[in-house]
Amino acid sequence: MKKGTHLELTIVLCVLAASIFWPLVVNGYWLGIGVDAMMYIALATSWVLFSGPTHYISLASAAFFGVGGFAVGLGMSDYDMSFWSMLIISAVAGTLLAALVGVATLRLSGVYFVIFTLGLAEMIRNLVSWVQNNFLGSRGLYVLTDFNDQHLFWMLLLTTATIYITGWLISRSRLGFALRIIGGDETVAKHVGINTAFAKIILFTTTGLFGAIVGAIIAPRWSYIEPNQVFSPQLSFFVVIMALLGGSGRLWGPIVGVVPFLLIWNWVDANFPSQSILVLGLAFLLIVYFLPRGVLGRLEDLYVKLKKRII
Amino acid sequence: MRLSSVLALVAAGALSAGVALADGVIKLGAIAPKTGPLAGGAVVTQWPNVKLWVEQVNSRGGLNVGGEMMSIELIEYDDKTNPGEHIKLAQRLATQDKVDFIVAPYGTGFNIATAPIYGKYDYPMIAVSAITDKMDELTARYPNLFFTLGTTTAFVDGVKEILVEQRAAGEIGNEVAMVNVADAFGIELADRARELFAEEGFEIVYDKSYPLGTPDLSPVMKGAKDSGAKAFVAWSYPPDSFGLAEQAIIENLDVNVYYSAVATSFPAFGNAYGSKINNVLGAGGTNVDDPKIAEYRKAHEEVTGAVPDYWASANTYAALQILEQAIVGAGTLDRKVVTQYIKDNSFDTVMGDLSFKNNFSNTFWSVGQWQDGVFRGVKGSNVDGAAKVRLKDGWK
Amino acid sequence: MLDILVSGLLLSGTYALVAMGLNLQYGVAKIMNLANGEVLVLGALASFWLFTTQNLSPLITVLILVPLSFIGNWLIYKFLMLPLVRRSKSKGALEVDSILSTFGMSFIIIGIMVSIEGGFFAYKYLSHPIEIIGSTTSVNRLMAFVLASIIALMLYVWLNVSRQGMAVRAVSVSNEAAGLVGINVVAVSGLAFAIGGMVTAIGGALISTFITLDASIGVVYTMKALIIVIMGGVGDIRGSVIAAVILGVVETAVATLVDPGLTLASAYFIFICVLLLRPQGLFGRPTS
Repeated sequence: MKKGTHLELTIVLCVLAASIFWPLVVNGYWLGIGVDAMMYIALATSWVLFSGPTHYISLASAAFFGVGGFAVGLGMSDYDMSFWSMLIISAVAGTLLAALVGVATLRLSGVYFVIFTLGLAEMIRNLVSWVQNNFLGSRGLYVLTDFNDQHLFWMLLLTTATIYITGWLISRSRLGFALRIIGGDETVAKHVGINTAFAKIILFTTTGLFGAIVGAIIAPRWSYIEPNQVFSPQLSFFVVIMALLGGSGRLWGPIVGVVPFLLIWNWVDANFPSQSILVLGLAFLLIVYFLPRGVLGRLEDLYVKLKKRII
Repeated sequence: MRLSSVLALVAAGALSAGVALADGVIKLGAIAPKTGPLAGGAVVTQWPNVKLWVEQVNSRGGLNVGGEMMSIELIEYDDKTNPGEHIKLAQRLATQDKVDFIVAPYGTGFNIATAPIYGKYDYPMIAVSAITDKMDELTARYPNLFFTLGTTTAFVDGVKEILVEQRAAGEIGNEVAMVNVADAFGIELADRARELFAEEGFEIVYDKSYPLGTPDLSPVMKGAKDSGAKAFVAWSYPPDSFGLAEQAIIENLDVNVYYSAVATSFPAFGNAYGSKINNVLGAGGTNVDDPKIAEYRKAHEEVTGAVPDYWASANTYAALQILEQAIVGAGTLDRKVVTQYIKDNSFDTVMGDLSFKNNFSNTFWSVGQWQDGVFRGVKGSNVDGAAKVRLKDGWK
Repeated sequence: MLDILVSGLLLSGTYALVAMGLNLQYGVAKIMNLANGEVLVLGALASFWLFTTQNLSPLITVLILVPLSFIGNWLIYKFLMLPLVRRSKSKGALEVDSILSTFGMSFIIIGIMVSIEGGFFAYKYLSHPIEIIGSTTSVNRLMAFVLASIIALMLYVWLNVSRQGMAVRAVSVSNEAAGLVGINVVAVSGLAFAIGGMVTAIGGALISTFITLDASIGVVYTMKALIIVIMGGVGDIRGSVIAAVILGVVETAVATLVDPGLTLASAYFIFICVLLLRPQGLFGRPTS
């Protein structure tokens, strides 16, 4: 992942700032799409934060999202805690979990890392269900709040902005420099004295922190929290897919990946309501064949062509 | 409003209009799983009933809304058993498609997730497959949400009553083997059952859960068998209801009472196991001898090609009948008026006369039993024609 | 104890059927096939449909599936995967591309299957009890186990004794090196992909005789296959078989001795432990 420039930061922050007005100008449906978009952008950006520089594909997004959602559900439903206190607890829990996962995966690489994270997330899902069954004696986790989509959109927007700024700062720091070397060749990185373990763990922790926060924010939207839904592996796959579709070369890849993708999804829903999954699959295939390196790849090709023309 | 008087009005309206053609259109939105974990159930219980009702209404010329005949235009979406997706599609129905009415979602979680959205746009939600003990709190928050299939407690109560009766008759002891699927639904039911069974002095000698999607249930069944209990209760979902039955047959489970929850009432359950699952108990039930039910089942098979299930299918159809009669009775597409009409009136449906008190309709079957190829209701609330509970007698 | 061994081994048979195909597709053809579970379910759908409409035994369906699924998967490789292989400049790029495209493929297959049968594939075949060394089980599971063992043995022999098998193993070690010694990497990869898909489809037909599947359950089996293949180590069929045995026995042991609610959690736990101790899986090559 390349080092962030001031130009990029300015543009992204302007776009995000402009998005503040989104809930004020659109109605329920497009606001809802906005919430979905913000959720995936937040999750995918936080994913790219880690995966972009290191090239490690993590399928653990659902584990952190689930921790956030489940914590809010449990705290608010069974212990009468407030949403905000559970949000903080979720963030802490997500960070700790990610740190543990980071330590566990230090010796893994390539596809072994990918599937390890998947297995770990699935183990957590099963454990949480088991704990809920045997110890919590709960009758369903209801998160009934007065938040509406507007509030959630702004909360997610703030989260996305924070993720982006964090990533931008890291990319310009020594840590980011170290991570780029690790992504280039990890053995070389170790030999030049970079503490690869520390770098990877710190970075992975941010994925957990932000993943849990997003999960916590979405909990009020779903209102009824079940472990098999909040820890659903489908989410992990979607986050990776959207991040890769956008392109993991830059931190703003998810923004240009998620938005067009959700628009395509919306178009499919509107025109093929009974066969949406089939057509979505076809859309995936087409995207993969015509955008070899994601949207970013296409944009970069265009940029290069434009530059050549100008020169 | 009686169905016969509705038909009379329709006929009168048609005659006065000169031609039995519908002029206006009522847009009806329906979102339920066609793919994803809950699709297997929705495909049996929800979708065919929507199709059946819409076809029947349209073939009659539509609904008479204040003198104007209006046909139904169905807009359906697949929520892929994903809450985020379902919420988005619900908003689509409300704000883009601008439907006049909606069919309540399939599944407790989805009903709760969409209640705020539909409530905001005043859509009445006559929920069927939503089982919860928090109805009071939910309907206070969402006055547009109606429940028709009973509470978690009622669901468990039916089973508990049977256990108490059979113990009194000396057919089972105090020991019960109970298992549940580790999904929100199974967890809630098992939790409630532990309380209710304990109150009646039952001891749950084998009390285990299993993850959703467990491929091999033989350890569970062997454990239940080893416990020696004469009563077996499983708060299960379709794949495991099938799996547990198969294991019970293999192990020749020696029990006098065998209950598995969801999908026991599916025709496919009876087809897969034939006579071996005779006298197996399950969630739901229906009275096939009731002429209205018999007529409904015949129409269902003719129009959709599928046999309805022996439980929530009838309730799903009844919910649509309620909507129909409310629209016609209120004489308008104004959703607030129609919602109020639902609250204030009683309805003539295949489940009998239904009416709501505090948004809750107390007419449903809780337990049914396979008796010679038909899954008959044996326990319920305000329903007639309960068959006598039989004992499980081997697995041949 | 005997119960655990017998049930556990039979479960391993099921898992082996689920995973062996993916091992070939990923280990040799280098395609991370996220639609593996859907191919499994396709085999199951074929078996269900032919049994309930034509009263055809699933064993006959298996015979029909051998040529059909082989050709089907070979076509998928040639027309959907090969363009991606040709254009990818690195192994990582191919992995990303194959993840994205097979994910799309899985959606397409689900869509097709749902339009054929939206509900559960509920049927039972050979669901009779049988006693094996003192433990009761069902004939259909035993049959699946026996066939899984035969398939595993056939694959092992083919891979290690025949010249073609040697070529396949060479490709799984290194595409470049295999190409340099004159092996037609594309042809071999296509062959491996097709055989892998065939094994998976057959596996689906067999397990559908005792597990009630439906069109959307594929992803659960894809994940299981991934776990088994990675735990066993990519590229070696023995790895997948051993991993399947370990998981089958562990899951059954935990379900019987501890708590059935922890079956899957314990399976993932074992998987994690194996990878922590051996980051390349049981039989995998050490990664640099």
